[in-house]
Amino acid sequence: MSKERKMTLTIPREEFMSPGHLACQGCGASLAMRLALKGLGQRTIVCIPACCWAVIDGPFPHSSLDIPIYHCAFETAASSASGVRAGLDMVGDTETTVLAWAGDGGTFDIGLQALSGAAERNDDIIYTCYDNEAYMNTGIQRSSATPVGAWTTTTPVKHYKKERKKDIIGIMAAHGIPYIATASVAYPEDMVKKFKKAREVRGTRFIHVFAPCPAGWKSRPEDTVKLARLAVQTGYFPLFEIEDGEKWTLNLKIKERKPIAEYLKLQGRFRHLKEEEIALIQQEVDTRWAKILKSCGL
Amino acid sequence: MSKKKEARKIVFESEKEMPAVPMSLGSMLYNKTGAWRNIKPVIDLSKCIKCGICWKFCPDASIDIVDDWPQINYVYCKGCGLCAEECPQKCIAMVEEEK
Ligand SMILES: Cc1ncc(C[n+]2csc(CCOP(=O)(O)OP(=O)(O)O)c2C)c(N)n1
Ligand code: SF4
Ligand code: SF4
Ligand code: SF4
Ligand SMILES: [Mg+2]
Repeated sequence: MSKERKMTLTIPREEFMSPGHLACQGCGASLAMRLALKGLGQRTIVCIPACCWAVIDGPFPHSSLDIPIYHCAFETAASSASGVRAGLDMVGDTETTVLAWAGDGGTFDIGLQALSGAAERNDDIIYTCYDNEAYMNTGIQRSSATPVGAWTTTTPVKHYKKERKKDIIGIMAAHGIPYIATASVAYPEDMVKKFKKAREVRGTRFIHVFAPCPAGWKSRPEDTVKLARLAVQTGYFPLFEIEDGEKWTLNLKIKERKPIAEYLKLQGRFRHLKEEEIALIQQEVDTRWAKILKSCGL
Repeated sequence: MSKKKEARKIVFESEKEMPAVPMSLGSMLYNKTGAWRNIKPVIDLSKCIKCGICWKFCPDASIDIVDDWPQINYVYCKGCGLCAEECPQKCIAMVEEEK
């Protein structure tokens, strides 16, 4: 390879997350933060409730982020961000982006009320849910974001999760907020672009980031990006945007979706599933995919 | 990440040294996570096409770009193997760590 050739950089080079943080090997949530901040930049304040990220960042008085962090209570990511926003507005700072950064438990479950309140007021914040599909920080308990079929410590193999994953995007779209997007750590360019775009929009913005968790999914740490990519390619986690609650855009069209089994078989949390059960999951993915295509006018 | 920050662990000798409100005073760079590693990535630069994919996906921001080449920062690399898995040239080998 020629020595003169430049390194190809498809996302900004600047880092706002340092090494030395406490995430497990191959953690999707830490990659998610690294990418999100590349899109948002230095003028950002982040509110982090109880979740893995409250630990990943590091113990007081140390931090692995180069931006101010406000550690808040589990259910208060959105209301804390609303408060920080109000404070900044009072001192005339309209430039700083306020980011709420919560897990799926903190978003789909306990923080939903605060999030709905902020969205209803259309508070000027970016709310990001990094979704690892369970309460990982406390030892892999099921959340309403845990998918059908999954093992967790509170849905053991004999009683694996039977309930469907909550449609958080549908809930947020019903609030009619100006910007909603899904993003994946396997598609850094798309993800950084969405955070950049969200930064320029005013009002409540919601970004749902798919963040594989090797520790909780019983997957290999090196498969984190592969799993996130398969989630998109199977149609399990499509990449799309919704503007003003109405205008849906599919960001990545997939001609031939991969079978969901390919995604499931790489994760220990689905190891117990029988063929019939996988077929049912496939049906559900197909139904949701068709619905999203329809919403996008495709 | 500003390079000015010290890779030093901050320890308070007494409560008088503590700030009035909880605030971060230093970075996690003091925490040399390379010690977590069992296997380590080794790049064969002769096959590298400088695509930047390994750098892009490292969850620990432990691949630096030095003179336009990827370089593993072994002080922090946790040995997750993601870079090796994603490298399109398959030119990153995960080898047993010698300790
Ligand atoms: C009010 C309250 N209830 C329970 C807890 C304990 N707790 C801390 S983190 C956590 C789970 C967080 O799950 P999630 O939001 O999905 O983030 P993850 O750990 O998966 O990143 C729980 C239950 C708490 N801190 N506060
Ligand atoms: S438990 Fe999962 S989400 Fe939490 S730090 Fe480990 S890999 Fe990341
Ligand atoms: S093995 Fe993991 S932590 Fe180490 S450089 Fe590669 S991607 Fe980064
Ligand atoms: S992914 Fe492989 S080919 Fe691409 S820059 Fe890294 S080492 Fe080189
Ligand atoms: Mg979670």
